[in-house]
Amino acid sequence: MQKFTKLSGIAAPMPLVNIDTDMIIPKQFLKTIKRSGLGVNLFDEMRYDDDRNEIPDFVLNKPQYREAQILVAGDNFGCGSSREHAPWAIADFGITCVIAPSYADIFYNNCFKNGILPIVLPQEQVDVLMKDAEKGSNARIEVDLEAQTVTTSDGETFSFEVDSFKKHCLMNGLDDIGLTMEKAASIDAFETEAAAVRPWV
Amino acid sequence: MSPKTLYDKIWDAHVAHEAEDGTCLLYIDRHLVHEVTSPQAFEGLRMAGRKVRAPEKTIAVPDHNVPTTPGRDDPKNMTEDSAIQVAALDTNAKDFGIHYYPVSDVRQGIVHIVGPEQGWTLPGMTVVCGDSHTATHGAFGALAHGIGTSEVEHVLATQTLIQKKSKNMKVEITGKLRPGVTAKDITLSVIGATGTAGGTGYVIEYCGEAIRDLSMEGRMTVCNMAIEGGARAGLIAPDEKTFAYCKGRPHAPKGAAWEAAEAYWRTLFTDEGAHFDKVVTLKGEDIAPVVTWGTSPEDVLPITANVPAADDFTGGKVGAAQRSLDYMDLKPGTPLKDIEIDTVFIGSCTNGRIEDLRAAAEILKGKKIAVKRAMVVPGSGLVRAQAEEEGLADIFKEAGFEWRLAGCSMCLAMNPDQLAPGERCAATSNRNFEGRQGRGGRTHLMSPAMAAAAAITGKLTDVRELM
Repeated sequence: MQKFTKLSGIAAPMPLVNIDTDMIIPKQFLKTIKRSGLGVNLFDEMRYDDDRNEIPDFVLNKPQYREAQILVAGDNFGCGSSREHAPWAIADFGITCVIAPSYADIFYNNCFKNGILPIVLPQEQVDVLMKDAEKGSNARIEVDLEAQTVTTSDGETFSFEVDSFKKHCLMNGLDDIGLTMEKAASIDAFETEAAAVRPWV
Repeated sequence: MSPKTLYDKIWDAHVAHEAEDGTCLLYIDRHLVHEVTSPQAFEGLRMAGRKVRAPEKTIAVPDHNVPTTPGRDDPKNMTEDSAIQVAALDTNAKDFGIHYYPVSDVRQGIVHIVGPEQGWTLPGMTVVCGDSHTATHGAFGALAHGIGTSEVEHVLATQTLIQKKSKNMKVEITGKLRPGVTAKDITLSVIGATGTAGGTGYVIEYCGEAIRDLSMEGRMTVCNMAIEGGARAGLIAPDEKTFAYCKGRPHAPKGAAWEAAEAYWRTLFTDEGAHFDKVVTLKGEDIAPVVTWGTSPEDVLPITANVPAADDFTGGKVGAAQRSLDYMDLKPGTPLKDIEIDTVFIGSCTNGRIEDLRAAAEILKGKKIAVKRAMVVPGSGLVRAQAEEEGLADIFKEAGFEWRLAGCSMCLAMNPDQLAPGERCAATSNRNFEGRQGRGGRTHLMSPAMAAAAAITGKLTDVRELM
């Protein structure tokens, strides 16, 4: 997995609440059997018209946000389905950090498996970052996972919380499965014990 | 010992390892797999030379992509990309030795309907699937939640999930429901009350007389939409109805093993005085038949209400409501009952079970549809067969409904069952997101009885007026 440590990048503002996974990556793109190549279809129905022409007003189509690496969004980002195609599409576009007041649970977890840092900040601070993002490509937002800080282009810094294990895995690009397999003895022991208590499972 | 919630008990019984920071390896009893969110996970196993740790606890069925029209077991009758996904599941099931119900099997259907139907889902289990509506299985008092594809791979390889415990939330529905009010109205009303993020960080336990009074089918409908309220899972404590439903199912325990299992299941309830971090209470008698008007499942109103205005909301919801009104092409103040419908869809893991088809057929009996098209997609081949045996299929067909084969179908429109731009649908499914049922399609969520009522009148309709 791609490591995430520090990022200084352009942030795209999406001041919408409840941005759902059907918006992030519509179902017609879930028919792939690969993880890659979904960036071109990120926010597909908001981004292209019926003739596949770009809709100029959509944020990621604007010249100043085409290289965005950060997304600033409203409450409950990523609600809806469990499709990991959502973070795959986001990462494939080149966005590796999302900032919002809250996320849907499954989407939030999926981000960490794909080198994306989803930052939770209070609404007032997201509002400040949203304004900063609206300034366009001259306003670079700095994210430091080690220090757990986000800094606006004006130098205002906000601290965020993140689970220590998730942070460790993201900073080091660790493979969860490999880590869990090191605990195989615990799983074996659990299985033996559970088979005695609940043999019907 | 301090009193525990149902969630606490199931959680504690499945922690295989706990790290100092509270990160746990939660052991998974049942892993359900479908064709859309699993190919990359199996590919990951192959690349790393890993096996499926517990193939006997892993069950696969294609459902999301499959056409619901005859001839679908011939890949030529699927779009190429769908056929590739289904073929990949065929191959993966065979290569890794997991249980499998192919499209040609009468037991095939929506994964969340097949699991309980075949007795894979039992009380006290942990159940996961790469699908958010895994919450459905919580109706059995099983801790069940949706996971992403990386987690699917993790469970395949290790039979565990890396988890931190969620908080406990109680949703109590007191008293009796009024006539015409169903499980779907309960679950939508709860989301209307708490919002789509109201359950974020929680596992919900649904309780109260109105929940106890529901059948297992109704309980599955309630738990199914826990995810739409943001919760990691929804739970209902098992009782006599649960045991009666499970008994005799193909993969339920038999004989002495059943006795032992039932004795264990009878310990699965929330202890008196156990702590809940959040409590929501609704009175059953206050719940009306509801519909959604917008593009979020929280946009719920009684059918007797009018379309709201964006200004009726606060904060970020003002913009979202305006966007919804524009997308849905609705004017504030319009009575919901005046909204004309083009299409009716009855089915999905929310409402594709036999009881749902019975409720819709009850309303449709001897009537004709007044919409452009209407379809019933039974949740499984066995639900379909039972509905045919009970004469429900004839009622639907005589009313003008298309009688389809089992699958997810127009709930998420990955197969050919899709809305056209601007097409307005009364749907028994779970999401009314923009484009969910087809680009530009407009979805109003409701119960099967309400969808049947809309089919007859051609408008959103208060089912109580037809009863």
